[in-house]
Amino acid sequence: MSLRRLSERQPVSFAFSAENMARVEKEIAKYPMGRQASAVIAALWIGQEQEGWVTKPMIESVAQILSMPYIRVLEVATFYTMFNLEPVGTHLVQVCTTTPCWLRGSDDVVKACKKHIHEKPHTISADGKFSWMEVECLGACVNAPMIQIGKDFYEDLDGPATEEILRELREGRQPKTGPQTGRHSSEPEGGPTTLKEEV
Amino acid sequence: MLADKDRIFTNLYGFQSPGLEAAKKRGNWNGTKKILELGPEAIVDTIKKSGLRGRGGAGFPTGLKWSFMPKQIKERPHYLVVNADESEPGTCKDRDILRHDPHTLVEGCLIASFAMRAHAAYVYVRGEFIREREALQRAVDEAYEAKLIGKNNIHGWDFDLYVHHGAGAYICGEETALLESLEGKKGQPRLKPPFPANVGLYGCPSTVNNVESIAVAPEIMRRGAEWFAGIGRPNNTGTKVFCISGHVNKSCNVEEAMGIPLRELIDKHAGGVRGGWDNLLAVIPGGASVPLIPKSICDDVLMDFDSLKNVQSGLGTAAVIVMDKSTDVVKAIQRLAYFYKHESCGQCTPCREGTGWMWRVMTRMVKGDARAEEIDLLQEVTKEVEGHTICALGDAAAWPIQGLIRHFRPELERRIAEFGSVANRSMAKAAE
Repeated sequence: MSLRRLSERQPVSFAFSAENMARVEKEIAKYPMGRQASAVIAALWIGQEQEGWVTKPMIESVAQILSMPYIRVLEVATFYTMFNLEPVGTHLVQVCTTTPCWLRGSDDVVKACKKHIHEKPHTISADGKFSWMEVECLGACVNAPMIQIGKDFYEDLDGPATEEILRELREGRQPKTGPQTGRHSSEPEGGPTTLKEEV
Repeated sequence: MLADKDRIFTNLYGFQSPGLEAAKKRGNWNGTKKILELGPEAIVDTIKKSGLRGRGGAGFPTGLKWSFMPKQIKERPHYLVVNADESEPGTCKDRDILRHDPHTLVEGCLIASFAMRAHAAYVYVRGEFIREREALQRAVDEAYEAKLIGKNNIHGWDFDLYVHHGAGAYICGEETALLESLEGKKGQPRLKPPFPANVGLYGCPSTVNNVESIAVAPEIMRRGAEWFAGIGRPNNTGTKVFCISGHVNKSCNVEEAMGIPLRELIDKHAGGVRGGWDNLLAVIPGGASVPLIPKSICDDVLMDFDSLKNVQSGLGTAAVIVMDKSTDVVKAIQRLAYFYKHESCGQCTPCREGTGWMWRVMTRMVKGDARAEEIDLLQEVTKEVEGHTICALGDAAAWPIQGLIRHFRPELERRIAEFGSVANRSMAKAAE
């Protein structure tokens, strides 16, 4: 298991924006009456989208909104590894290094991150725009190696392709998401062997 | 090779629109009302007769699982929960169903829920699949809009479908951990019994099924159990989405017949092993949790539950991870050991402590920095973890290492001997 603790440096307060509060309420409505705790992951996630990371005041706020004891929300925040418990760069680069990606050269992707972001993971780059970390299998193994930045996957990478994506983001442009080679999605490179015509 | 007309996921690669209109053209939502008119028993019976076995890894017969649900709704509502927490290393099939063929799943949820007398279903999508859950939500919204699901829908069975998401925990793919997580808790597996069919989500009768298991159900109902059972081999029937990754020329997902020879699967669809078949070292045939098999077994093994079980491995999620002769196979398994250490939920001591211990020893084994007798000790510890935990994560952590020792023990011994002789030389030098 991974040991995770809240950051020692915490902001004094947290509040959902009106728009995000509406999103949280929409999540709560998915569950039966009295089962609002089911929305805890969604609520923390919306909070993280707003602030960039999960703060202690955010956990307290979510606990209050969902009528949960603070400790129960804290458990969830520390258990699930997608919750950042420290500030991260504007673009958090998550590099999959599990075996299927490693076999296809994720070491080169890590090298590119070290070169263009910071030698150490979980460290914000000098310009504040980036941080990177290694993550476990992201579930795009036939498009390995791959990274996730924000909501999107960038697939079929190598060192230079990773550097290009980071460069574009640094210059404020949105890189092409998905496979960085010619292919469309998970079909074999060069065209599918099945489903060649519409069925 | 399976013919295109027998493929269920005809938009697997997303060359066509995932939207409702295009999905209907592909045959989704065709005659759904007639299927429901057969009644729950007949649907469960058809799924049983089709021989469909769960596509999430364990291969439990889906129809049988559905039949465990109470036959009448009493004071507690019934739930269908769909496991889209696809996190088994090597596996990326549900992702394609969610983003490219979501209506197969939405329709399957309605049919399966009706068969189990559930008026509500939750799809638990892994947190990282943000675009995928957006795609699924679009399909759900379309289905509500068209009155295919929801209250007073055209099918005559009130049914609500909700998209739920996680936040990065492999363990939530275990069905009871998933239920805990869905209830807003840490994803730590529950002791069974009671089984979810009696006490599941919110203490109510529930069934947890993999995305692919549910998404194939509508086509089985439309085409009949005999059609599905006619593909593959007895007890290993139907089509299956395979994910071929690693050292192949063209890694890909492909829907094929169960029981296809591994070599044919790799050669026909994935462009062959990098450097040719003779350059193959080993394959992990069913996702990270199953033991690897060396080339000698890969030469003629069939890709189904029973064939792979017979060679002391498993079909798992049908995620084929190919390793050619350039692979540091010890490092490949050591990386999986780290994965399990990272993903252990910490609830059971043998797993929490054992995964860390196995990873540390495996890390030394990569360099050969170990004593020869530690190979047996490592094997023994995997046996102490296996079968001694609440859920199967302990087993999953043990099996890849057992597979490595079973097939690559000489490689471990070679590294230990090499490391030892280098160490001896440098000690001798230091003594001079």
